[in-house]
Amino acid sequence: MVMWVTVKLFATFRENRFKEARREYPPGTTVADVATGLEIDHDLIGMIFIHGRAAELDRVLEEGDVLALFPLLGGG
Amino acid sequence: MPKVIRINMTDLSVRTDEAPEAWGGLGGRALTSTVVAAEVPPTCHPLGPNNKLVFAPGLLSGTAAGNAGRMSAGAKSPLTGTIKESNAGGTCGRMLGRLDIKAIIIEGQPASTDTWYQIRISGEGVVIEPEAETVGMNNFAVLESVARRYGEDKGVITIGSAGENLMMISNISTRDPEGKLRSFGRGGLGAVMGSKRIKFITIDQEGTRPVPLVDSAAFKAANMVFTKALKDHPVSGQGLPTYGTAVLVNILHEIGGLPTRNFTSGQCEHHDMISGEHMYDTIVARGGEPTHGCSLGCVIQCSQVYNDKDGNYLTSGFEYETIWAYGADCLIDNLDLIAECDNVMDDLGVDSIETPVMFGVAMEAGLLKFGDGTEVLRMLREEIGKATPLGRILGGGTGHVGKTYGVARVPVVKNQAIPAYDPRSVKGIGVTYATTTQGADHTAGYAVATNVLNVGGKVDPLSNEGQVELSRNLQIATAAIDSTGLCLFIAFPALDIAECLPATVDMLNARFGTKLTMDDVVGLGKTVLKLEHEFNLAAGIGPEQDRLPEFFELEAIAPHNVKWDMEQKELASFWNF
Repeated sequence: MVMWVTVKLFATFRENRFKEARREYPPGTTVADVATGLEIDHDLIGMIFIHGRAAELDRVLEEGDVLALFPLLGGG
Repeated sequence: MPKVIRINMTDLSVRTDEAPEAWGGLGGRALTSTVVAAEVPPTCHPLGPNNKLVFAPGLLSGTAAGNAGRMSAGAKSPLTGTIKESNAGGTCGRMLGRLDIKAIIIEGQPASTDTWYQIRISGEGVVIEPEAETVGMNNFAVLESVARRYGEDKGVITIGSAGENLMMISNISTRDPEGKLRSFGRGGLGAVMGSKRIKFITIDQEGTRPVPLVDSAAFKAANMVFTKALKDHPVSGQGLPTYGTAVLVNILHEIGGLPTRNFTSGQCEHHDMISGEHMYDTIVARGGEPTHGCSLGCVIQCSQVYNDKDGNYLTSGFEYETIWAYGADCLIDNLDLIAECDNVMDDLGVDSIETPVMFGVAMEAGLLKFGDGTEVLRMLREEIGKATPLGRILGGGTGHVGKTYGVARVPVVKNQAIPAYDPRSVKGIGVTYATTTQGADHTAGYAVATNVLNVGGKVDPLSNEGQVELSRNLQIATAAIDSTGLCLFIAFPALDIAECLPATVDMLNARFGTKLTMDDVVGLGKTVLKLEHEFNLAAGIGPEQDRLPEFFELEAIAPHNVKWDMEQKELASFWNF
């Protein structure tokens, strides 16, 4: 069994990776697993959103989730 | 001894006094607001003779402190009717610091409107002269004229045609180190300068000298800690220098807080076309500069130089709020067109938040179509720039256009346009919009940091809980930072790195020989907010105006389907300190 998750990357996380991709993961996959698979250092992750709501690294993903990963950023 | 220069435009007299002892610990916003609160009758007409226009460098201006290049301008605002402080980078703050000038207070106004004036300030004194050459000119031409007549190295404070025509959207501009423009953007301060018939002010850096430091070794040590914090924090050390503030476009889109199509959605389909990432790629491809400072001594360098497709300069200081407002709120999906709008606004001297938010309302009214950037440019140049009757209606700002055309969805608080974060999906910033003494202003208490960006902790943006306290703490801290001459973006490292804020207090103590503590600095922030609030109450801007427009309570916003639902009583508790 697999599930499909849309992964969106922003700012420096896009370098040598992608902007947005629909990807296959086994059930039970966490945000941390996705980041590890993409070789994104967990310490560099500033913001995690699933369907536009804040989430943590240990969150278990579900079929159809839209996951956005940002480094720590600001402005104003 | 630090000096205070009073320029009376009624009789064209100048008085230079030693700064009163009570002003010793004040600078920037603390000083402009103290002067306005003490000397401007709250009920006066903002464009009449009783209003005063005050410029004050910050407490650290002119020193070698990192990011200390901001200067404050203050007055009673013609847009909001409240007290107003607006700060900008550029070269003047540093020069005034080094001239030991604590404040320039411009009073009165000429009885006749026949003559415009220029003012030249140097270590030798102040010269007021009638000015003809630049009257009717916009800002870039004024800078050229001043450079030709008085030299390239002068600090310049100027108004464009919008300020001359006393428009509520007008700002005051100031020359940056590269000879481009920075703005005291909000609240229609250009009209206040225009009402005093001043076209430009120059500051001469000849005769300036290093700012005396009571303990220069301690200052240097504290500045090193401070600068290191700015460089170490990922926001100020990497994100802002690379992508500028426009990096927020994709973040706010993602969380549903990017006000789109005159605040009818929280997401914008073409967000990637107007994003910081896209801007960075475009700048690099065209040989522009992604990393650039607005003032000397800036460590963060969030500004940039944006070139057109042929590699020629199009604009600089291209900010998230401007890009959001034209890109998402007005639905213009072309970053080059937005950059051109930005440059034209700099030239006319109009606020790059008030103006595009006004266009969003004008689009809703049917005056032009959503997405029509070409027509925006025409209206900027031909209507606002020429002060036609339509240009004057548009130049009255967001609230004015809403009233003229009968629009109910008008995003303003105290008649000032709401910036780039929807208060329904970022509730902390909604508290700031409603309660700040300035009219809707995101910088007054940037709760987006903690609601969205995970800086300074986390507070759920969709819940009302904790938002009043968050906004209060940020507004107090901001009022203090705005008094030092430090850029507000130092708040990002200050919220996360323990040594950062104490280092700024150490710099103040080393500069003045004081024994200030963090509590004293927080106390200064509280005092500033309270005296601004008192002014507003006396001006007739009471608690009934500390609220968001009704449409935020009536219309749920996509994608989270949320409304603004904070009780007025809870908002009123903001002032319990």
